[in-house]
Amino acid sequence: MIEIVKIIAGALILFGAFLSVVATFGVIRLPDVYTRNHAASKSATLGVMSILLGTFLYFWIEHGHFNSRVILAIVFIFATSPVAGHLISRAAYNSGVPLWEKSVQDDLKGKNQIRQAEK
Amino acid sequence: MKTNDLILQTVTKVCAFVIILFSISIFLGGHYSPGGGFVGGLMTSCAIVLLLLAYDLKTVAALLPIDYKIMIACGLLISASTVAGSWLFHAPLMTHAYSYFNLPILGKTSLHTAVLFDLGVYLVVIGVTMTIIQTIGESE
Repeated sequence: MIEIVKIIAGALILFGAFLSVVATFGVIRLPDVYTRNHAASKSATLGVMSILLGTFLYFWIEHGHFNSRVILAIVFIFATSPVAGHLISRAAYNSGVPLWEKSVQDDLKGKNQIRQAEK
Repeated sequence: MKTNDLILQTVTKVCAFVIILFSISIFLGGHYSPGGGFVGGLMTSCAIVLLLLAYDLKTVAALLPIDYKIMIACGLLISASTVAGSWLFHAPLMTHAYSYFNLPILGKTSLHTAVLFDLGVYLVVIGVTMTIIQTIGESE
């Protein structure tokens, strides 16, 4: 039982590290702010959550130490990191950062034009 | 253009309570684990700063009607009176004492007067941080 949980914890930590590397490559290679933010906020969030879950399982099963702060950190990152991504993207949009030139759809622009016309 | 802060405000409503609870946990656990009055106070003021970011100064002032300068004075008074309390028992200055008590729900608990000193530090840190931030925020 303990050996299986050790393997699961190791796999979770490796998976989280892999997802963090994916997020880094996304930030480097993607063309504009919004796609970069998409890569960074999603992939890094799941990566960090996996690493924390692996750590929690390891200390719980191996050392019998139930660390509730790690659970709290997982919930907290899950709640706040997408909001941070949302706020960064919206601040970029409102300050006029252009979309990638091959983008085909900008729904928020249409909404803003309708709102301007109603005023 | 007036922006809509609904997502930030909703998340802040939940997260501020979690941050304050965690800071209290850090503050109370400071004797046995990393933490204490300074980090706890900084984290509580972080929660209030998060409220200030999501709402505005007037809303937060209505929510928490605290004069932070008085809070600094209270913290200094508590710390100084725990230090001065050692005079009452003819002990050297800043001597702290502890003992074990049987509390109603918690059972056998060790209570230490250093917690009161730490409470003073906690209040002073919150007061100083919030005074600095509110003073900077109000000057246009």
